[in-house]
Amino acid sequence: MGKTTTSAAFASGLALRGFKTAVIDFDVGLRNLDLIMGCERRVVYDFVNVINGEARLNQALIKDKHCENLFVLPASQTRDKEALTEEGVEAVIRELEHMGFDYVVCDSPAGIERGAIMALTFADEAIVTTNPEVSSVRDSDRILGILQSKSRRAAEGREPVKEHLLLTRYSPKRVDDGEMLSYKDVQELLRVPLIGVIPESESVLHASNQGTPAIHLKGTDVSEAYTDVVSRFLGEDRPLRFVNYDKPGLIKRLFGGK
Amino acid sequence: MSLLTLLFGEKKKTASIAKERLQLIIAREHGTDGRGADFLPALQRELIEVISKYVAVNPDDIKVQLERQDNYEVLEVNIVLPDLKS
Ligand SMILES: Nc1ncnc2c1ncn2[C@@H]1O[C@H](COP(=O)(O)OP(=O)(O)O)[C@@H](O)[C@H]1O
Ligand SMILES: [Mg+2]
Repeated sequence: MGKTTTSAAFASGLALRGFKTAVIDFDVGLRNLDLIMGCERRVVYDFVNVINGEARLNQALIKDKHCENLFVLPASQTRDKEALTEEGVEAVIRELEHMGFDYVVCDSPAGIERGAIMALTFADEAIVTTNPEVSSVRDSDRILGILQSKSRRAAEGREPVKEHLLLTRYSPKRVDDGEMLSYKDVQELLRVPLIGVIPESESVLHASNQGTPAIHLKGTDVSEAYTDVVSRFLGEDRPLRFVNYDKPGLIKRLFGGK
Repeated sequence: MSLLTLLFGEKKKTASIAKERLQLIIAREHGTDGRGADFLPALQRELIEVISKYVAVNPDDIKVQLERQDNYEVLEVNIVLPDLKS
């Protein structure tokens, strides 16, 4: 959980740093990225239309309302996942490259079916979004296995896809209470370098309500945490934040208070 | 929650249970490529070959079994040697 939220925030963060960025929704049939990006009313053509030659790529790309150099390619709402052919996806990604895009962010659907495989096939780097929870960690482990076997890089024996672990919906308090896996636990289990920890926060709901990627909610923990993720992705050193719980004092514990 | 547990924090650590379970399942899914313990038939076959070099055993009398305990696995091999009197 948190893949679409992260794709929207991360792509926006790259654009804010000046990179020409496209973000593609691979969740054919269940598109959501357009809502999270707040461009749902401007969708005319979609990813599958482009693959089928029913629209040109630049007709389908939607310019983001917050960032000059960010574009959204929505998924189709009516087709099924089989519409994403490997040749079609590859052609779209190559064309984006030719158009001068610095980064293409692929928002993967859940599971390990066609949409998810297509989202990772052409990856150079992968941000594996995980929640500190048993089923999510196990799913991430499986996705890592698929990255290592099914990506183009793997198939062609090139340098493997660079993997990053992003932990989201993290609650330092629950970790402190021993109710939630810590980021250290998850990292130890998955053995992938940690690119960031996003706290569980109400501001994500505020963001999605408004169709504004969470990174734009200035001053919130989530926005800061995503900004750190983007910086680390670009090779900058940022200490981990929002991972420690400050225990309230005894008096506060006895008499409540938030 | 009683006042005492509130004060002294007697916690049930379900997170550590989660971690142990994940360690086990991830190790298993890696070791066997996610296909479960499907090396057992081959192991059984090879054991029969080796043991038959030394003792005349009935293939049916060699049982191989993998059992999961809390945080480790036990590979149990049971070999019934032929009755000496016969
Ligand atoms: N850091 C967070 N704090 C609170 N809720 C979050 C956070 N990240 C995601 N969510 C919520 O989790 C749900 C699923 O998020 P989404 O990004 O759509 O996941 P996915 O694309 O992986 O299915 C949404 O309701 C979203 O608002
Ligand atoms: Mg999604």
